[in-house]
Amino acid sequence: MNWETVIGLEVHVQLATKSKIFSGASTQFGAAPNTQASAVDLAMPGTLPVFNGEALRMAVKFGLAIGAEIGMRSAFDRKNYFYPDLPKGYQISQMDYPIVGRGHVDIGLADGSVKTIGVTRAHLEEDAGKSLHEDFHGSTGIDLNRAGTPLLEIVSEPDIRSAEQAVAYLKYIHSLIRYLEISDGDMSQGSMRCDVNISLRPAGQSEFGTRTEIKNVNSFRFVEKAIYVETERQRDILEDGGSIVQETRLYDADKNETRPMRSKEVANDYRYFPEPDLLPIVIDQKYIDSVQHDMPELPKQKVARFVEQYQLSDYDARLLASDRDTAEYFEQVSSASDDAKASANWVMGELAAQLNRDELSIVESRVSAEQLAVLIQRINDQTVSGKIAKTVFDALWQEDSKAAVRVDQIIDEQGLKQVSDSGAIEAMVDDVIANNPQQVENYRNSAEDKRKKMLGFFVGQVMKASQGKANPAQVNQLLNDKL
Amino acid sequence: MSVDRSDIEKVAALSRLAIDNETAGQVAQKVNDILEMIDQMQAVDTDTVEPMTNPLDATQRLRADEVTELDQREAFQAIAPSTEAGLFLVPKVIE
Amino acid sequence: MHDMTVSALSSALAAGEFSSVELTQHLIDRVKTMDGDYNAFLTLCEEHALQQASNADKARAAGQVHPLCGIPVAHKDIFCTNGIRTSCGSKMLDNFVPPYNATMIDKFDSAGAVMLGKTNMDEFAMGASNETSFYGPVRNPWNTGCVPGGSSGGSAAAVAARLAPAATGTDTGGSIRQPAALCGISGMKPTYGRVSRYGMIAFASSLDQAGPMARSVEDLALLLELMSGHDPRDSTSIDADVPKYSASLNNSIEGLRIGVPKEYFSEGLNPGTAACVEQAINEYQKLGANISELSLPHSPLSVPAYYVVAPAEASTNLSRFDGVRYGHRCDNPTDLNDMYTRTRSEGFGDEVKRRILVGTYSLSAGYYDAYYRKAQKIRRLIQQDFVEAFKSVDLLIGPTSPSPAFPLGAKTSDPVAMYLEDIYTIAANLAGLPALSMPAGLVDDKPVGVQLIGNYLCEAQLLNAAHQFQCATDWHQQQPVQGDMV
Repeated sequence: MNWETVIGLEVHVQLATKSKIFSGASTQFGAAPNTQASAVDLAMPGTLPVFNGEALRMAVKFGLAIGAEIGMRSAFDRKNYFYPDLPKGYQISQMDYPIVGRGHVDIGLADGSVKTIGVTRAHLEEDAGKSLHEDFHGSTGIDLNRAGTPLLEIVSEPDIRSAEQAVAYLKYIHSLIRYLEISDGDMSQGSMRCDVNISLRPAGQSEFGTRTEIKNVNSFRFVEKAIYVETERQRDILEDGGSIVQETRLYDADKNETRPMRSKEVANDYRYFPEPDLLPIVIDQKYIDSVQHDMPELPKQKVARFVEQYQLSDYDARLLASDRDTAEYFEQVSSASDDAKASANWVMGELAAQLNRDELSIVESRVSAEQLAVLIQRINDQTVSGKIAKTVFDALWQEDSKAAVRVDQIIDEQGLKQVSDSGAIEAMVDDVIANNPQQVENYRNSAEDKRKKMLGFFVGQVMKASQGKANPAQVNQLLNDKL
Repeated sequence: MSVDRSDIEKVAALSRLAIDNETAGQVAQKVNDILEMIDQMQAVDTDTVEPMTNPLDATQRLRADEVTELDQREAFQAIAPSTEAGLFLVPKVIE
Repeated sequence: MHDMTVSALSSALAAGEFSSVELTQHLIDRVKTMDGDYNAFLTLCEEHALQQASNADKARAAGQVHPLCGIPVAHKDIFCTNGIRTSCGSKMLDNFVPPYNATMIDKFDSAGAVMLGKTNMDEFAMGASNETSFYGPVRNPWNTGCVPGGSSGGSAAAVAARLAPAATGTDTGGSIRQPAALCGISGMKPTYGRVSRYGMIAFASSLDQAGPMARSVEDLALLLELMSGHDPRDSTSIDADVPKYSASLNNSIEGLRIGVPKEYFSEGLNPGTAACVEQAINEYQKLGANISELSLPHSPLSVPAYYVVAPAEASTNLSRFDGVRYGHRCDNPTDLNDMYTRTRSEGFGDEVKRRILVGTYSLSAGYYDAYYRKAQKIRRLIQQDFVEAFKSVDLLIGPTSPSPAFPLGAKTSDPVAMYLEDIYTIAANLAGLPALSMPAGLVDDKPVGVQLIGNYLCEAQLLNAAHQFQCATDWHQQQPVQGDMV
């Protein structure tokens, strides 16, 4: 049978506030255990939550960015369950009146198409602490530094149909929260975490199948793999005539499988009810306007501008705009080199490859935007060939000096300047023709349309003789003339 | 509405309270007395009434995003039942 | 000294008639000698109190001080006190020494008041007789075979027995007013949010409110002035100026409109109590007030609604007592669930467990709408009754509790009978209104309280009316006969 996969994602984003959502403790990552857990975070008796206004602002920013309805009156609820990393025995969250209502995002797919994914809601809540399962004489250690870190939980509609779409959606959300500067989005530190709801149904059927929820899948790659293995698992069961158990599962990256979560075996009754220690959050249009006013250019707007301003293809524009830092780097190179097309090609090509190889982010690039701009200018003013430019780029990468002046210095020091002296090139061309009589003979006996291809051989020989420095245009011209 | 022993056991499990066999019936009886008293509410039609979650008609104040709390781990952990290496210890948690 | 009110003590300290150290030492001696009969104190802060008294004396000598500087006050053991055990009357917190103060304690400290000790209470403030305390019941100084009321029974008994000139309490459904009535003292629950709840161990968050207990309304005014005010650490705290309550105590109440809700004189009301309240109403008439009868039609639903809302909130407020970070933890837990279950089963008493069960049930899937949501709607109706009433009157008057103090053990086996103790006090909590109780007579040598309920933030008017009553009567000056004299 043909099965359709139906996926909904719940993305938890840690908001980049300085202090916690309900206390004045720091949210900084990496502190010694429990040194950032205040009386409120520890749920000491009698302590009370007070809401951080910045968390509200960030949530509204996100809501506006996805064209969502903003909750002019939102409220907190208690979600009750016992767990050692949840000090109060309840999580303060938003159930009935979330701060962000229905919205949507458009994701670009590899085939060039655009798909709209609905966002059901996004609500504010507090993060839990961390359980450390290393062995403390058979005990688990609890670190509550993370408890109370503000989270925005973004819940998608079940509009996603494949692992590819899921990853594209996540990457879009990731890019958006970084654009908005509401989260560092650092998945390795848990700043963005994902729960995957997944079910299968026979193609063409309108009602959904029974779903499972895979908790805490914390990288794009794992989301993709978890969806593959879970889809396969469900398909196997369904095709054997079995049925899916609605449950919470865990993705085990080492074994590349999903398995039921033991701690979630007992069906929970969260007993949501309005949090009596906090009052309703009421905002007005003036507040919304002030948030709107501070809004940066969003990815979608940036893509449109890149296409318009730099005449880039939609695909290239999307790629460059997907990350705020990449877009910024590109624009710096482009404006300094005055060659958008070449800048885009370098950023997406050579630079991206190097960054990928060294596992660096673009802000950590060993070649600065200024250096790359100068390098592109040197290609355009024919100081170096495109090929030699790659050598210069590699040298810059090795050196990691970031100084623009080094581009010309390296070209000089290593003698990489393109040879445009026609006399010198002509001598090399003559040599090549003299040393390859058989090929010259063949060339001259060939039809016009085949000659073009054969010319490449002679160009290669001249370039080799010049150690790549001969001006390729001149070489072509001279060979054409002389042959 | 009234509850039986199994309801009480379910609610006790949710509340992490143990109800022993001997007293479970008695506990259910007292809870039923209370529920019976509470059920007087059902006589009133409240379909059009907005629930009141808080006596004040006030709205939430917003706190400035500032770090105001300093590390007090030592003081807090001095009164904790079991700690090690700055962590609160609990019986092993299995995910 | 121990018979003097706070305002008299304040004047005497100012006049140098005696020092705060002398006063504090005297009260410490009294507590040590006499409290065996009452069990009003859980902790006597001897050293700490004498140190504070000595500091207060120095501050007084140095010049301008707060009127409460050097005045010993007993605090209900529900307020967290830095470095001093705060048990909330529970085994769960028998070993709990908070490293922080409740905001209210900070306020008393900054005024230079002396913390004499921490008073006994019903466990987690759940009770109307002080019999649910892990530390044993408090006995009523008027009749030690009777309960003092609850949950602030220790505070009420301490003030009534002249062990402390004033005390603090908390009132979720009547826990200040009912023990004040049963012990023959004055006690006030302010408007919800008037006094910070920070550091006050929560029972039912949307109902809890701290307030003063003393031997005169004049003293209540002095104490409330200090206790009130906005606290940035409590989101539900009211951001409004605190009037100088003492300044308006002597205003005339000529023409004051007082309403008498007919529902407050229902069949369960003790005839002797009813007579005392009638007499108080007559007294107000003499003072020039206009009395009118009115109806609060939904008030009979106060108790049912309350016993959904309060246990529901309590059931989740008490989830934090899990044996992980503070308080009791069971011995040798076999696994996590065993630790939770045994810790909580050992740490909580029967009444607390019962309310957790009722509360959990009323919030659980399938019952939320029929119970919790329904109760919140009833609560709205009850509030609307008051809003309607306050369109035509300034204050409401009625009994505080249905009868005078009852014998120890009389209602412990019947929770619902115990719950009806708060039948007249609960509505003010559900609506969040200020209310006070003051002595209005004796029945069988036991005190009876009359209750006044005011409109939101009208504490000044309430105190003014009550003070005028106390100027015209001497019920508040009656004292229990005490065997042992120190």
